[in-house]
Amino acid sequence: MPAVLQCPGYPEAKLRCLAESLQCREVQASTLLALMGEPQQYSYPSVFIYGHRATGKSHVVLALLTELELPHAAMSCVECFSRGLLFEQVLMALFGPEAAALLPRCASFSDFVRVYRQMCAQEPADQTRYIVLERAELLRNMEANLLPGLLRLQELVDDNVTVILLSEIVWDKFRPSTGCFEPLLLHFPDYTKAELQQILSRHSHPSYTPELYSSYINILLGVFYSVCRDLRELRHLAALNFTKFCEPLEKGEAQESDTHKLWRRVEPHLKRAMQTVYLREVSSVQWEQQQMDEKEATALRGLSAHAHVELPYYSKFLLIAAYLASYNPARTDRRFFLKHHGKIKKTNFLKKHEKTSNHLLGPKPFPLDRLLAIFYSVVDSRVAPTASIFSQISSLVTLQLLTHIGHDDQLDTPKYKCAVSLDFIFAISRTVNFDIVRYLYDFL
Amino acid sequence: MDFVSQPLPVSVNYMMSKHKSGANCSAAGECVSEVQRILRERFCHQRLPDKPMGLESQYKHLLELLRRTAVHGESNSVLIVGPRGAGKTMLLSCALRELLDLQEVKKNVLLVQLSGLLQTDDRIALREITRQLHLENVVGDRVFGSFAENLVFLLEALKKGDKSSSRPVFFILEEFDLFAHHKNQTLLYNLLDVSQSAQTPVTVVGLTCRLDVLELLEKRVKSRFSHRQIHLLSSLSFCQYRDAFRSKLSLPDDFPDSKFSQDWNVSILKLCEDKSVDEILRKHFNSSTDFRSLHLLLLLAVSRVSVSNPTLRAADILEASRMSNADTKANILHGLSILELCLIIAMKHLNDTYEGEPFNFQMVHNEFKKFIQRKSHSIHNFEQPVVLKAFEHLLQLELIRPVDAGVCKVQREYQLMCLMLDQTQFRPQWRARSGQLMQEKSDEMWQGDENTKGMTLQNSATLSTLACLSLA
Repeated sequence: MPAVLQCPGYPEAKLRCLAESLQCREVQASTLLALMGEPQQYSYPSVFIYGHRATGKSHVVLALLTELELPHAAMSCVECFSRGLLFEQVLMALFGPEAAALLPRCASFSDFVRVYRQMCAQEPADQTRYIVLERAELLRNMEANLLPGLLRLQELVDDNVTVILLSEIVWDKFRPSTGCFEPLLLHFPDYTKAELQQILSRHSHPSYTPELYSSYINILLGVFYSVCRDLRELRHLAALNFTKFCEPLEKGEAQESDTHKLWRRVEPHLKRAMQTVYLREVSSVQWEQQQMDEKEATALRGLSAHAHVELPYYSKFLLIAAYLASYNPARTDRRFFLKHHGKIKKTNFLKKHEKTSNHLLGPKPFPLDRLLAIFYSVVDSRVAPTASIFSQISSLVTLQLLTHIGHDDQLDTPKYKCAVSLDFIFAISRTVNFDIVRYLYDFL
Repeated sequence: MDFVSQPLPVSVNYMMSKHKSGANCSAAGECVSEVQRILRERFCHQRLPDKPMGLESQYKHLLELLRRTAVHGESNSVLIVGPRGAGKTMLLSCALRELLDLQEVKKNVLLVQLSGLLQTDDRIALREITRQLHLENVVGDRVFGSFAENLVFLLEALKKGDKSSSRPVFFILEEFDLFAHHKNQTLLYNLLDVSQSAQTPVTVVGLTCRLDVLELLEKRVKSRFSHRQIHLLSSLSFCQYRDAFRSKLSLPDDFPDSKFSQDWNVSILKLCEDKSVDEILRKHFNSSTDFRSLHLLLLLAVSRVSVSNPTLRAADILEASRMSNADTKANILHGLSILELCLIIAMKHLNDTYEGEPFNFQMVHNEFKKFIQRKSHSIHNFEQPVVLKAFEHLLQLELIRPVDAGVCKVQREYQLMCLMLDQTQFRPQWRARSGQLMQEKSDEMWQGDENTKGMTLQNSATLSTLACLSLA
């Protein structure tokens, strides 16, 4: 039996009910409840709760506040992206719409505190009021006085009010340069594997036994746990793939007890899901469709696998030339592109340079002249440097396959960088029968 | 009257338990909740103490200054400077409380409280001053040429029927340094100017945590300031700190249940003599002497007091100290998946070999692939996009930071990053994780390398071995 939440001043029945809904978060819930104290007692001015995504921060806080019917205003900083919205929402939730109407347009923090004090004098608090702000890291992007002000709101408005900030980023990243009122830090640890299993197993399918579902969850965690511990993500994956898991059962090819067989059937499937659904390369609808037509499913891959663009013939060569210019040192151009480059000893030539490959450091900028010189030597036929070539360069920049370095006003020797990946350039060079590996310094 | 059916207001509760205390049958629950109420008001609401502790001379100085304005009509300006949580506001409020106890002062003095956090520019500040002086009606729709004109008008309006004497005004500016960032420092200039010239008696009290606050002032503003500063640099000895600890936890004499309060106070005395508590206090004292962090610690401890556990035990203090001292980043590291943790190890390795040079995703991935090659039989091979997703999660958690945030033209694989963790945050976490792995799998390979467990992660060989082990 889970530990029962205990705190005087709250009805027993509700606490028991809460303990059931807050599975695996009993310790955190009871710590929080103890810190909140009885409703009429003072609570610490600001509490900062941090923990990974989907560890039940909002759920626990909101469940406590709503179930125990404490006066509170809860909002997400994603919604309330400006202070005006934030103040309006807080006043609306705590004192009703007429209080929010008292705020002037473009309310400053000073206006908010004034209205708050005014309302507070009208209806003094017999219970602690709570202001809950989710995704509090966004507060840092608002006015500089907002976060320090909220942290000491209790002092500024002289009311029994507690501000609870929720975030997945640690408090150290919030502290302003001259310091501020330090909030009370509370950590929500991640769920352990057993806890994840317990929570995920709660949503078992009605037509199958809970044991089967739990063994399914076990397989799912086996595949995904080392990559992802986000409960929300895991739940999404569990829901999407369960029908696939049950397919052999429905066809009568396997029994429920035949776990090994079921595992063998579903495991490659889950691995494929990691490359597609987990990376959001296909939507869940697409994924389900893929599962419907079984034969195609093996061929279909994520978007990245068949990411290719149709380009004009010369553009392809321009892109290849740009790639070579970005990833090869300029001094090696002689060796790659001159027919009679004299005798350069290969060992010397390679040893000269440092060991780190350019594919680790990223593309280097190159001038336009070098790009064109390489272009003329890699393309088969003779090409005249016409306007159409130059316009193709600028359209590659527009497509963000090349990036322009430096200011736009530099007209005489513009510099570029190639912004495509190795896989992409392989695919491109294959279409024009160009063996790019032979020309890359890193792969010699 | 029927008391039982409706929730009792606190004061009634108070009286009832007072009645009962003679008979000594008051319920333990009521006492505990009363204790919580009193102590929470102390720790959370920053209730003013009877006398500011350890700040007697500063207190006398400030009180004298304020009294001269209130009684004799002398203008003045003063800055109270001290670190956060040193008791600047408390000192001022105590002085004001004592001053306003005098009947003649209370009638006469006006108080304007501004805070740099609230009044972010001079227009807002002036409106707030008008409001706090109750002069909205007088000002009405009048249009003023300049800020100074407006302020002078406000002060003029305060003159009483008797032309010669006007009411003294205290201007209290919290977060004084923020006012110095206002445009042209108009408000500060005018306030200090009034306090210099023999007009309305005005005292400007600024509170700030910046020692260099005078450097922020413009020359014309600085020359109008009296250069009186009260510094609150804590000179508390550990004995005083411990005494404060005791007195902050002790219950007052007028506690309704005298037996309970005696028991409680005795237990607090015992607590102060406890070895482990002493150690914790010393640690806290050495890291910060301000009372606010002590309050935080005590609140955490007091919140553990309940009916089943009616006294404060050393274990409670221990637990509270553990909670308040936890390393937040290590906590976050604990929740990372194995893939993400391996990436961090790879970054750490890169940091060690290249002496803190920034790295990009490709380098980290390359390093990670090297780990995998060494123990290929026991590791899943993750595709690059999956690894990139893990990498971006780390970025989102701000465990790594882009070196130059402004550059958006670089491909995200090549954006330079630096790691925001250090060895100490890393090590305990790593030990815990490897221990957990051992329990989970009791891998034979691990048993063979048992001796690596105790080793630190300073050399990269151990580092990579551990990384591979974690993947097993």
